[in-house]
Amino acid sequence: MSNRPYIRPLPTSWWLKEGRYVRYMLREATCLFVGLHALVLMIGILRLSQGREAFESFLAGLWSPAGQLLSAVILLMAVVHSVTWFNLTPKAMPLWVGDTKVPGWMIVGAHYAGWLAVSVLTLYLAGGL
Amino acid sequence: MAERQITLEVLRYRPESDSEPKFQTYEVPCPDDWVVLDALNYVKDHLDRSLSYRWSCHMAVCGSCGMVINDNPMLSCKAFLRDLPDHIRVEPLNNFPIERDLVVSLDDFMEKLTSVKPYLIPREPAAEVDGTYRQSPTQLKKFKPFSMCINCMACYSVCPQYGLNEGFAGPAALALAHRYNADSRDQGRSAREDVVASNTGIWECTFVGACSEVCPKNIDPAAAIQQTKIASTVDYFTAWLRPKNDKENQVKGEDA
Repeated sequence: MSNRPYIRPLPTSWWLKEGRYVRYMLREATCLFVGLHALVLMIGILRLSQGREAFESFLAGLWSPAGQLLSAVILLMAVVHSVTWFNLTPKAMPLWVGDTKVPGWMIVGAHYAGWLAVSVLTLYLAGGL
Repeated sequence: MAERQITLEVLRYRPESDSEPKFQTYEVPCPDDWVVLDALNYVKDHLDRSLSYRWSCHMAVCGSCGMVINDNPMLSCKAFLRDLPDHIRVEPLNNFPIERDLVVSLDDFMEKLTSVKPYLIPREPAAEVDGTYRQSPTQLKKFKPFSMCINCMACYSVCPQYGLNEGFAGPAALALAHRYNADSRDQGRSAREDVVASNTGIWECTFVGACSEVCPKNIDPAAAIQQTKIASTVDYFTAWLRPKNDKENQVKGEDA
């Protein structure tokens, strides 16, 4: 290296410079909403342990306009989270059948099929179907 | 052949006189079939002999002429002017110290590259009488896409993790490690594990994926790193299931 190499500083706003970095940060940020949903569920279990009245006030909170808005935002972020990660799965888990590589769309499709199956099973167990 | 006038804005840094890099503009008459490297050569030959940049093969093989062109790291010998606007901004690769003008320091990259032991490490070196190592076309297919790297460093230029933490081994080095790990003739995975599976190896990668988008050889280093993460995780958990003696033997083998 020369005596006076110049090192360009990386500004903290580096992720705003390009669309691909913004999309990456959005993908990463969606996990906060998935975590928030887990927190809401845990609060629900805590309120359930405190008796019927406590749990009903928790449910009333969930059904309030603010609660519904929160659920809608969490659902949207959870969908973005799932879709972006599902679409990346062929990179992380390439499958080979003999000497042929399984096409990426089949690996992604299998994830969506699994998602659908689990959703249907959950709705069935919850009495929604 | 049709010609058009290109404005080439080049980031200049002369360590003996400049306190920081600044842009210099050149007007270059360019035929349609030129690439950015041709325009730079025109500047060097006709306008400004002091301009410094690396190049060699002019055919996307040597990997020397990687630079940032209109915010995208690419090989300047593969960046056709017909695909670019009339105003072209050329900068050295991001995330590397600038030596002079478009020339960056390779020291850190070379160190990272050698640290992953990018060569075949067979369990038992074959004797000459055994002939060549044998490999089926199927076995070749598993690693060949990862063997095409020309060390142009475009992936490092676009990797924010490398920019934020220079200790990170980086996309090309880790993809190369994966290339050897996936080679049926190689049994050196555990020898590479110290670097590859460390906190500055695969686990520093957060799958931004930009490396794969800019690679001029379509290597997909992001895929290589995620596959290594899975292999390393499987190793970690299966180590608990392996018989105790087997684990001890393996450690002894590594020490040897």
